Amino acid sequence: MKKIINDVDRVIVETLEGMAAAHPELKVNIDPHYIVRAHKGNKVAVISGGGSGHEPLHGGFVGTGMLDGACPGEMFTSPTPDQMYECAKVAESGKGVLFLVKNYTGDVMNFETAVELVAGENIAVQAILVDDDVAVKDSLYTAGRRGVGLTVLMEKIVGAAAEAGCDLDTCASLARKVNLNGRSLGMALTSCTVPAAGKPTFQLADDEMEIGIGIHGEPGIKRMPFKRADEITEILTTTILDDKGYSRTLREWDRGAGDWVEKTLVDKDFNEGDEMIVLVNSMGGTPLSELYVVYRKLAEICKGRKIKIVRSLVGPYITSLEMQGFSITLLKADAEILQYWDAPVRTPGLQLG
Amino acid sequence: MITEEQVLAWLELSATVMAENKEFLTDLDAAIGDADHGINMNRGFSKVKDKLPELAGKDIGTILKTTGMTLMSSVGGASGPLYGTVFMKAGQALAGKTELGSDDLCTLFQSGRDGIVQRGKAVAGDKTMFDVWAPVVEVADANRGLEPLAFLEMCVATAEEARDATAPMQARKGRASYLGERSIGHIDPGAASSTLLLAALRDTIKGG
Repeated sequence: MKKIINDVDRVIVETLEGMAAAHPELKVNIDPHYIVRAHKGNKVAVISGGGSGHEPLHGGFVGTGMLDGACPGEMFTSPTPDQMYECAKVAESGKGVLFLVKNYTGDVMNFETAVELVAGENIAVQAILVDDDVAVKDSLYTAGRRGVGLTVLMEKIVGAAAEAGCDLDTCASLARKVNLNGRSLGMALTSCTVPAAGKPTFQLADDEMEIGIGIHGEPGIKRMPFKRADEITEILTTTILDDKGYSRTLREWDRGAGDWVEKTLVDKDFNEGDEMIVLVNSMGGTPLSELYVVYRKLAEICKGRKIKIVRSLVGPYITSLEMQGFSITLLKADAEILQYWDAPVRTPGLQLG
Repeated sequence: MITEEQVLAWLELSATVMAENKEFLTDLDAAIGDADHGINMNRGFSKVKDKLPELAGKDIGTILKTTGMTLMSSVGGASGPLYGTVFMKAGQALAGKTELGSDDLCTLFQSGRDGIVQRGKAVAGDKTMFDVWAPVVEVADANRGLEPLAFLEMCVATAEEARDATAPMQARKGRASYLGERSIGHIDPGAASSTLLLAALRDTIKGG
């Protein structure tokens, strides 16, 4: 394993120390790990978190117009409730706390515990899940769709709404709407190596690729012979566009009852005439030049299907260490979503407007 | 009866066992999960071990609750909240106790199992640690009359059998569920670590 690190056990801490040194506009806490804005706003605190290794997600998205706090876990391992609790206590300003949570078993359990701890302090709190990976077909016999590329768009849009002064329930509804209107699919050419493991997570032959890989190297839809960019883009784009009616039952916090309630939610279909925000995202090891080769074909397919791309984002935003590969996210946008997408954002990982 | 010192010795032995089995648990997890279970359990129990000196002389409920809170804040992943909840619930159920009989161990296992259900929503056959805890609770309940060591021998035998029985199951929870049929043929890592913890308790009592 060749990596630019000093000590396998100190990678996360040294990353955080570097972020603190580079970004005085952030406050980086080492024990427990969390990142908040140096100057907190008088607004709903939007907080996310997850395993490390997906940078700039989530810590790089803390700043004006996006997140108020982020909790980095160990590499590819969910953060813990004490981090989320401390981060929420520091970031909240009396307007409540909204956790945005990627749908992984560990993340969900840790954030649910954190919600109970924060609610125990009489702070208004809600947690909204993002589960947009169409590589997972059913929610009945699995842990459900994983949270992938749509997380970036959700953090941007909901962060802007909170910045504009929307209350907790409005921000939570907007997050839910983004989740039901967005879908993603990724692919990989190579594995990545978690520093503590020291060896690649999985093996792909030189002439193979995996479609539907998750952001930690979870198995995808299928392995197939490596193809040209246009063909790969076509597979991903049409799979996303043709995905219909995904239904799942998720838990949300009922503040009145002080308990969890189950909600069954169904994705909105994509149709001719829809306006889309598009993310073409690198898994970390694929260069921007190749992402634009993908984007070119993606734009052509959408045009052919009378789907209008109204905004785009191209680059490494939710990565899987140094994995070669990319993902496509399509989000059906309405006036509210576009309004908050266009609002200015100033974070280490994303600046727009 | 199991003393407060023996409970502390159990937790210390658990830390040793998790360190020794770091690779074993991680390899089980690599087959059907994300290859970090052994690393995470070892990190968590070494933190528990660090806390043991300050727990000397405390009641068993407090010891177990502190263990739960330590695991909750250091393990991460799904096993952090699950084992954290197991020990916290057991600690609540055994609050104030300074020694444990087989009846109390029954309570410990039951509250642990209930914590797993509450947090993880697992049911029998999902290929999770619940598939070890559920049959152990049943056997424990039916053998309350036995002395602790004989009682624990029964429980460990049941756990080992239940752990191996997770191999032919198809996972319906956690990251392993994404593998579908490909999860068949591998032991669930959480079932394995649960069995290790139970065997460590038996070995502590056996050793005096």
